[in-house]
Amino acid sequence: MLALDAAKSAGASYADIRISRNRNQAIFTREQRVQNLVDNETFGFGVRVLVEGAWGFAASRDLSREEVARVARQAVTQARANRTTMVRPVTLAPVTPTPDGSWRSPARIDPFDVPVEEKAALLLAANAAALGVQGARFVNSQMFFLREEKTLATTDGTYVVQTIFRAQPSMTVTAVASGDFQTRQSNDVQPMGRGYEHVIDAKLVENAPRWAEEAVRKLSAKPVEVGRYDLILHPSHLWLTIHESIAHPTELDRAMGYEANYAGTSFVAPPEKMLGSLKYGPEFMNVQGDRSQSGSLSAVGWDDEGVRPEEFLIIKNGVFNDYQTTREQAPWLQWWYSRQNQETRSHGCSYAQSWADVQFQRMPNVSLLPGEQNHSWDDLIAATDRGIAIVGEGSFSIDQQRYNAQFGGQVFYEVRGGKIVGMLKDVAYQLRTPEFWNSMDMIGGRDSYMLGGAFNDGKGQPSQSNAVSHGCVPARFRNVNVINTGRQA
Amino acid sequence: MSAPKRLIPATPRHAAVANANVLTRDEAQAIVGRAIGFSKAESVRVTIDSSYQGNVRFAANQMSTSGGVINANVVIESAFGPKHAAVTTNDLSDEALRRTVEQSEVLARLAPDDPESMPPLGPQQYATVQGWFDGTANLTPDDRARAALTALGPARDARDLAAAGYIVTSAQSNAIGNKAGQFAYHRSTTANYTLTVRTSDGTGSGWAGADDNDWSKINFAEVSKRAIDKARLSRSPVAIEPGRYTVILEPQAVADLVQLLVFYADARSADEGRSPFVKQGGGNKIGEKLVDSRVTLISDPTDPDLSSQPYDGDGLPLGRQVWIENGVLKQLYYSRFWAQKSNTTPTGFPSSVKMLGGTASLDDMIRSTPRGVLVTRLWYLREVDPRTVLYTGLTRDGTFLIENGKIAKAIRNLRFNESPLFMLNNLEMLGRPMRVAGTEAGGAVVMPPIKVRDFNFTSLSEAV
Repeated sequence: MLALDAAKSAGASYADIRISRNRNQAIFTREQRVQNLVDNETFGFGVRVLVEGAWGFAASRDLSREEVARVARQAVTQARANRTTMVRPVTLAPVTPTPDGSWRSPARIDPFDVPVEEKAALLLAANAAALGVQGARFVNSQMFFLREEKTLATTDGTYVVQTIFRAQPSMTVTAVASGDFQTRQSNDVQPMGRGYEHVIDAKLVENAPRWAEEAVRKLSAKPVEVGRYDLILHPSHLWLTIHESIAHPTELDRAMGYEANYAGTSFVAPPEKMLGSLKYGPEFMNVQGDRSQSGSLSAVGWDDEGVRPEEFLIIKNGVFNDYQTTREQAPWLQWWYSRQNQETRSHGCSYAQSWADVQFQRMPNVSLLPGEQNHSWDDLIAATDRGIAIVGEGSFSIDQQRYNAQFGGQVFYEVRGGKIVGMLKDVAYQLRTPEFWNSMDMIGGRDSYMLGGAFNDGKGQPSQSNAVSHGCVPARFRNVNVINTGRQA
Repeated sequence: MSAPKRLIPATPRHAAVANANVLTRDEAQAIVGRAIGFSKAESVRVTIDSSYQGNVRFAANQMSTSGGVINANVVIESAFGPKHAAVTTNDLSDEALRRTVEQSEVLARLAPDDPESMPPLGPQQYATVQGWFDGTANLTPDDRARAALTALGPARDARDLAAAGYIVTSAQSNAIGNKAGQFAYHRSTTANYTLTVRTSDGTGSGWAGADDNDWSKINFAEVSKRAIDKARLSRSPVAIEPGRYTVILEPQAVADLVQLLVFYADARSADEGRSPFVKQGGGNKIGEKLVDSRVTLISDPTDPDLSSQPYDGDGLPLGRQVWIENGVLKQLYYSRFWAQKSNTTPTGFPSSVKMLGGTASLDDMIRSTPRGVLVTRLWYLREVDPRTVLYTGLTRDGTFLIENGKIAKAIRNLRFNESPLFMLNNLEMLGRPMRVAGTEAGGAVVMPPIKVRDFNFTSLSEAV
């Protein structure tokens, strides 16, 4: 409250303070060696202020009374410097304050309560299981955990305390042959907003031999023939395609040019030509934004400006329906919300990676909802005459407006006559976003839905990492351009 | 870049803000000493970073988010024989240091034996690098805002341009010390400016940037003009067929691809058979000619163009390292463990990279090209095949067709699938190296513009 009072008396019309303690722990191993054990903690606060419509931000690791007041005044000074070039003053969408809220990730086991020797022993056992497979030569494995205790207070009267957990176990197995090497990453196990139970459920020791066998099999897999194929994409792969080609282009700050110098802009712009008009995909395509799915990486009780996030449809029956927004951004779409008889409210997408970073619009979970028919992965393969089935995310690259993308994968299967007939390698597919999603003709049902995601989605200057999940079902895409990426050195 | 001019005077009004938060050698050494005093481990290494960073960000012709952050970080790595662990805090009080030392000792005792652990380094000799400039350390929000006006003013006056940019200045120090008497300290300032200007018809986008340890060396008005000119020149691009082209890459685009080589230059990976530098039949390719004989790639913290930290994260001294000389692979990175196992000297991990250049200007390269593509920078580079350092990515913010020795027209952006190793085998011309601003990996990167043949573009993008 000291910071908020200091900011107000220095001239701020709005202020918020975030105080956070982030603890993370990482354990890195290779073969039968623990390479590193690292335990990090960072504690501090950041104050954001609005002065006559301009933002200012300052942060410090020193929580003494004098420093808190000084930093709040420094944020006001920053805002005054920014005001000199203001074109459009910032106005904030209304929020219902939460005077005394608390929220905690659904973590059953706090990872920091589990002894490190137990964690190291599990990784080394998984490594041994992988190396037991003939031809598997190297294995790297790691675990990463985060616990963030974050308090937010705003001059609107919100005071909320949240404890956020994240966990990711992972491994990479490398098989080597003369003049060739191939890897298999464990990305059918995805990072989650859960506790140590996620590591237990990942069954690393049990799964490691399969990942190792697939790395070895890739050495003798058939190089793909360049051409057009039907693609059947597993959720462990498709989440990343959704992330790049749906979730990023529907960020409102990108569409309005605010990321032009770094992350890029968007082909889903300008909003007045896109909302309710852009046919993103087939009628059965529905894409939801939310921060509520249990165990998802972006789940929170309140965002970093005190908004309780809601579920909203970004794509509704195949048509573009809404952007990801913050309190500053929602009023930009007032015309659209009044046409829909909706209140102009933020979707709760404000986030900062730590106390030292200013909050801004970040992606919530963006998920492809299941189809009405309960198709499985196997059903999609059985319905495909000539295609490639891809499991696990691999190489990924997309242009700054999110039109042209290229994706690799972990494991590629040749599909002929409704059956998997062998493994392929050196596969990547290239797409143009609107055509790609409109070529989707079959998706899985609710039983095939799973969450993928990433800890390290970069955006902003200075760049900040966001952790986000993408739920999806397997899906089939017709007649996609596939290239062969293998070349001789 | 043209000769530096000091357009934006740095005012020292808030001098104390930046300097007081960057630890001096004596202050850092005192903290290292206190932490070592709390240690009961056989060995302990203390690494301290402290910084003040101020930034201004603007987009759509006005300021967006800007700020100033004070931080510090202490890493305590304790070891009992072959057992070791590291714990980090950003609280420099004695109580926190004592607690952090104790936690690292608890974790280290629990850690399994590390068969590759190395004994602590003793006292080392480090090069002196002058990378600190008071004028840069003492900048204020108003200084940065005035610099931003070199873009915002002309863009707003023009009425058909939108400027989005970022100016960040920082002052920081790093220190590493241990029980065995090793102590390293380095402090530096940095100033970085990047600008993207887009035309309001949505068809043109131009980028420019500059980076230096010394704010006064950055000519903000010149960078702003370069991005604006490029935005206008890039309007209404036309499509060309993807395929293999003669390509002139500006220094930023060269850096985007060539600096990747440093991350693959690990001797151990090559010796283990999983690297682009694997020799057929075993071992690595040191001594083999890999690329055009005009290519020399070095790291050198004392090079005035680089002025980077003269030691690595282990505290190993860094001097001039030659990775590729006249096209021949001269050296790979050897960690202390792998060097011992390979009976050679550890190299230290580089803090900078520079490709030596030639004498050609960008204009010379354009004039000598009957048909080719001029590329400003590359975007979203991702590994496709680690066996060949094959990467995919796209051109961005200024891509042009050259015909008959002149820039003929703006063209649509293109996706490439290309390796810096293949590219440097197809070298035609080399220009004068310069420090680039848009490096995502950080650190000082100096690259020349180059002209290469048969650069592999695989598809078109409509993105502007």
